[in-house]
Amino acid sequence: MLQGLFVLLFCQLLGELLMMAINAPIPGPVAGMLILLIGLMVLGRVPDGLRLTSTGLISHLSLLFIPAGVGLMVFADQIKQQWWIILVALLVSTFLTLIVVAWVMERFKSKEGQDHGAH
Amino acid sequence: MELTKFWVYFSAQPLFWIIVTLAVFMLAKKLNDWAKGSALLHPVLVAMAIIITLLMLTGTDYDAYFSGAQFIHFLLGPATVALAIPLFDHLSRIRRLFFPVLLACISGSVTAVITVVALGSVLGGSTEVLLSLAPKSVTSPIAIGIAEQIGGYPSLAAGLALITGVMGCLLAPLVFRLLNVKRQASQGFALGLAAHGFGTAYAMQLSTLTGAFAGLAMGLTGVLSSILVPFVVRLMGL
Repeated sequence: MLQGLFVLLFCQLLGELLMMAINAPIPGPVAGMLILLIGLMVLGRVPDGLRLTSTGLISHLSLLFIPAGVGLMVFADQIKQQWWIILVALLVSTFLTLIVVAWVMERFKSKEGQDHGAH
Repeated sequence: MELTKFWVYFSAQPLFWIIVTLAVFMLAKKLNDWAKGSALLHPVLVAMAIIITLLMLTGTDYDAYFSGAQFIHFLLGPATVALAIPLFDHLSRIRRLFFPVLLACISGSVTAVITVVALGSVLGGSTEVLLSLAPKSVTSPIAIGIAEQIGGYPSLAAGLALITGVMGCLLAPLVFRLLNVKRQASQGFALGLAAHGFGTAYAMQLSTLTGAFAGLAMGLTGVLSSILVPFVVRLMGL
């Protein structure tokens, strides 16, 4: 548990420092995730402590969005003025994104065909 | 002690808003169970609405709330790093389906950011709103980071990503019927890419295979978008 937390925070710190050093547009935690992924690939397995901490954090992921989400209240004025723009843009864009991804995946899998018949 | 004095003391402590956030979230989850998991009553949306109402009723500003809630918010960082574990678990699957997954991820991420920014700009949205809309298909912890990078409002971006997640779950069944998409891998990947964590939770209800592909899409989209979104936004002149 403690080891897991240490590894996660340490990877995040490495990520933050690395991105600051090379001035890249990737958020530190994302860089940390990639660093951890590379580390796991080198190690070839997930240590128990790390898996325990990570599973705990990920299973309550939605709770962690709330503090930032409540911040929407600060933007009440902007949202009041532009709510329909935001709503239409999100709705149409999400619809198109779903169509594109589903279409590409379907097209590909039908070409690749029966190589894994388990589906 | 008088009640008002107690209130002044207690609400000034970070502990109070942590407890409120936890309690309201647990209540929102209960409500969602009663509503049989309806996406419109997603626990996060319900909890946000209740907490915002509470803050307005008590005249508390967001900074005071965040002085406590930041301790929950802080965990987003390590939680994002922890997404490496499901990615590692699905590594053999990623390798096997490397090409279709990569193509779907690139085309989907590009579609998501270009359509939302273009549409918002045509409809007359302000630059800050457009920049906060850009990472909307990315899971909130990463969307927050991207919005910070490109000059949008992190909180607004997080909220818009949450709303996108709800929309994705409502629209997905319609799209799958329209395009006659039946494969679990395709359904899952589309849900995870367009609706990140919300889509992944929804996909998990359909089947674990669908859920695995949704989680995969969410992780890959997060990584790709953190490189792609700043680039596309600059190309579009924002």
